[in-house]
Amino acid sequence: MSFIRSKLMTVYRSRLYPNYWDMLALLLVLAVIAIFAWNARQMSTPYQLGETIPISLKLSVLPFYAARTVVRMLIALLASLLFTFIFGTWAAKSSKAQRLIIPVIDVLQSVPILGFLSVTVAGFIALFPGSMLGPECAAIFAIFTSQAWNMALGFYQTVRAVPREVQEAANMLHLSSWQRFWRIEVPYSMPVLLWNAMASMSAGWFFVVAAEAITVSNQEILLPGIGSFIAVAIQAANMRAIGFAVLTMFVVIIIYDQLLFRPLVAWSEKFKAEQQATDDVAESWVINMFRRTRVIRDLGGQLARLFDAFVSIKWLAHESVKKKSVSQRQERFANVIWDGAVFMLGALALGFLIYYTVSNFAIAEIEHVFLLGMVTTCRVFILILLCSLIWVPVGVWIGLRPRATEMAQPIAQILAAFPANLFYPFIVIFIVHYHLSPNIWLTPLMILGAQWYILFNVIAGASALPKDLVQVVDNLGVVGWLRWWRLLLPGIFPYYVTGALTAAGGAWNASIVSEVASWGNQKLTATGLGAYISEYTTAGSFSHTVLGIGMMCLLVLTFNRLLWRPLYVYAENQFLLE
Amino acid sequence: MSEPIIEVINVDKSFKQGGRQELLVLDGINLRVYEGEIIAILGKSGSGKSTLLRIIAGLIAPSGGKVAYRGKSVFSPVRGVSMVFQSFALLPWLTVLQNVELGLEALGVDREERRARSLKAIDMIGLDGFESALPKELSGGMRQRVGFARALVVNPDILLMDEPFSALDVLTGDNLKSDLINLWQSKKTGLNAIIFVTHSIEEAITVADRIIIFNPNPGSVRADIKVTLPQPRNDLDPRFRNQVDRVYTLMTTQPQEERMKDGVVSDMVIDISYRLPAASVAEVSGLLEILNAPEHQGKMDLPDVAETLMLDVDDLFPLTELLEILRFAKVSKGDISITDEGRAFIEADILERKKIFSIHLKKYVPLARYIYDQLVRHPRHRALEENFLSLLEDYLSETEAERVLSTVIEWGRYAELFAYDYNSGVLSLENPH
Repeated sequence: MSFIRSKLMTVYRSRLYPNYWDMLALLLVLAVIAIFAWNARQMSTPYQLGETIPISLKLSVLPFYAARTVVRMLIALLASLLFTFIFGTWAAKSSKAQRLIIPVIDVLQSVPILGFLSVTVAGFIALFPGSMLGPECAAIFAIFTSQAWNMALGFYQTVRAVPREVQEAANMLHLSSWQRFWRIEVPYSMPVLLWNAMASMSAGWFFVVAAEAITVSNQEILLPGIGSFIAVAIQAANMRAIGFAVLTMFVVIIIYDQLLFRPLVAWSEKFKAEQQATDDVAESWVINMFRRTRVIRDLGGQLARLFDAFVSIKWLAHESVKKKSVSQRQERFANVIWDGAVFMLGALALGFLIYYTVSNFAIAEIEHVFLLGMVTTCRVFILILLCSLIWVPVGVWIGLRPRATEMAQPIAQILAAFPANLFYPFIVIFIVHYHLSPNIWLTPLMILGAQWYILFNVIAGASALPKDLVQVVDNLGVVGWLRWWRLLLPGIFPYYVTGALTAAGGAWNASIVSEVASWGNQKLTATGLGAYISEYTTAGSFSHTVLGIGMMCLLVLTFNRLLWRPLYVYAENQFLLE
Repeated sequence: MSEPIIEVINVDKSFKQGGRQELLVLDGINLRVYEGEIIAILGKSGSGKSTLLRIIAGLIAPSGGKVAYRGKSVFSPVRGVSMVFQSFALLPWLTVLQNVELGLEALGVDREERRARSLKAIDMIGLDGFESALPKELSGGMRQRVGFARALVVNPDILLMDEPFSALDVLTGDNLKSDLINLWQSKKTGLNAIIFVTHSIEEAITVADRIIIFNPNPGSVRADIKVTLPQPRNDLDPRFRNQVDRVYTLMTTQPQEERMKDGVVSDMVIDISYRLPAASVAEVSGLLEILNAPEHQGKMDLPDVAETLMLDVDDLFPLTELLEILRFAKVSKGDISITDEGRAFIEADILERKKIFSIHLKKYVPLARYIYDQLVRHPRHRALEENFLSLLEDYLSETEAERVLSTVIEWGRYAELFAYDYNSGVLSLENPH
């Protein structure tokens, strides 16, 4: 019986009549492909350094600019994925590579991303002389640096965390490395990869906007996109254009979220390695639509077959059979050689750095930059403190109320993804109009985008508080300060630390664009390391830019190691509720 | 007899631990497996039995000696040997069918044949109707069936199983065991031998034709006994109970033999680096209460104890070991009997118990005494746990050292011998003089 039924089902399913959903889905797919094709042509147009690309402030071109920005974002995402697959896997598989790759990525994480941009843009232009591809690549690279590191680290950690018995099962089943990668490692890390990609979205939008209008060596390169549109609008002091750009960005982010990430998250539900079936799964109307279509769904089946074939490609699928055991002495010897080489490299790098610093800068200059760094550090910490005072109570209030949490989460998500630099002009106008001190009033710009991380995490922490604990405390009549001190603050502390750490990183990054701001002909500058880097980048003084970035790197690393990491470890040991 | 299928010759295994001396886990193992045998490797946890199974599988390389499969040395997993895991090791995003197909896919079997063979294996193992289910929709027993189907679909010569039933509840486990034995006897699988690791004496006797009893520290073969009872075996059958008694005796008497010097059984004397058993004071007290109950009169058969308390060997032996160390009970020839000290302890009230426990702890557990002495000597009666940890790590692996230290700290805190601050890792005297 069941055999006949299943046979009927396949006959029914394989009828190739398209339905309405098919039409809709097809339109979507075709539109996406067309946007890509159009972009590819635009990106490779000829370009000479010094030439200015006309950026129009006409509203009709905004959708096109938005499309260009989105495609940059997507390309960077793909590049990050590729980087992740190669280096994450490599680090997870080889203990030699791991000892080099992981610390390097860890340091790269703390390099201010716009710093990357100012250093690399010249190189990219030289790489593709006479083509738009140079600046395009530089902009894409900036977005790449905001995503690749944490994706690679997340992937590396999940690959390493694949349960030992699953790895052994793969060995016993004679899976080749290639099959193992696609059948085990990638699926295992899919939720983490997606989560990391989503978490760095906000940084991504921020930097795509900042990276489209690059000033290097007093030359302004404007890549067609929303970021350039805004830069030009600021120069022209055109309020209306900025308003529409903000609106466009909102629409773009919502579409991106609905068409790309929602479906991906809903799809990745099946990769969650939980042992129990749960009802609470993410859904996406796009996925549901595609599941309702007939032709497209069959196409999906074909794709799955294709993927099967791809995984079992013969020449990649040969398994490495060990014929002999490798002697431990040989292995140890290879390790010593490798470590020696890495140390040599490190010594060389140190020597070069000392030489470079000594031959380029006076001690006074370094001192000056250090002081500037301290000023910016103070800004970051004051901001974190202020934001915490505001968002911790709000977050706890929301997190303790499931209905409020449900409503607040998508809003906070959109807010977090929105590039805060689009709002800068409004605040700058305000400062200019009331003649306020830039040193104080430019400061909040740094945290504008990063503050949501604190809110986000506090909400998550408060909603994770066990209901029994809350009830027991209420039952004991513990109210007011004592309630905060004994229950709420300890309960959310691990989450809060994560949020504050991320927010601080975001604030450092934003300092480069937020300590200097302009509106029309008015230029505001605050004292700080961000302003220093930004000024010298504009002036084209490479060595000063490098000094500023190096200092920022050092400061971020120092605070990460001496403050945030110990705090994080302490919070995890002490307050994380199992 | 014919040629052995698997031959384990003088296998040693030691794990290196950061610069310190190597930790010997397996010591000179010899084992031959012949066609048509089901072999159980039985031992306490940490006796290296799972390591041996993985060496046979080719997953871990031995430090010395070799393993041969049908005359050829094993360096990596070989075709013809399949494995079933304790945690099932299924991929959660693949359906039952896809999980079973995975091994065939790796072998490059084409799609149609893959499907046909997998469906047959699923049929055989009794998973009909669940082909498209995801593992998370299945119960533990069903999941392990998928594990079996996945192992059997490649038509293996030998099946290795690492504690295949220990993650299942008793009924489910029994059900799966008898299905497995039926399958084996029907010869539908083409299997020629099964080797499995277990810490349950009953399980070994129910399933195996031969039982290899493992000595811990370092793992070595203590005994190799044949089980000749006809299948199906009934665990209430007196002959079955006899076997259980025999194995218990084998597993508990040897330390005594080693302690027999000049023909006198001396007490269990341990040194500072002894791997203290993972037993809690509450559990040990519970066991003493039962021993001291009127119906037992201070003496019990170990299999009975295991049955009454529903404990595995793995859970029971640490308790009896601690009782022996503290002189609260004596174990010999599969029996356990309470001592006078044990009786005094169990009949005392809470505070008095602590006092007795504290005296015995100081007297018979050198590590506890050492920590106590250090604290007494220190001017402020404090010490960091790291100090003791690094001392232990000279003798034990890192995780084992941590376990031993936290065990002794728990006992010491109960005995009010010393206090411990979890956050700072500082040990101090409970009541400094």
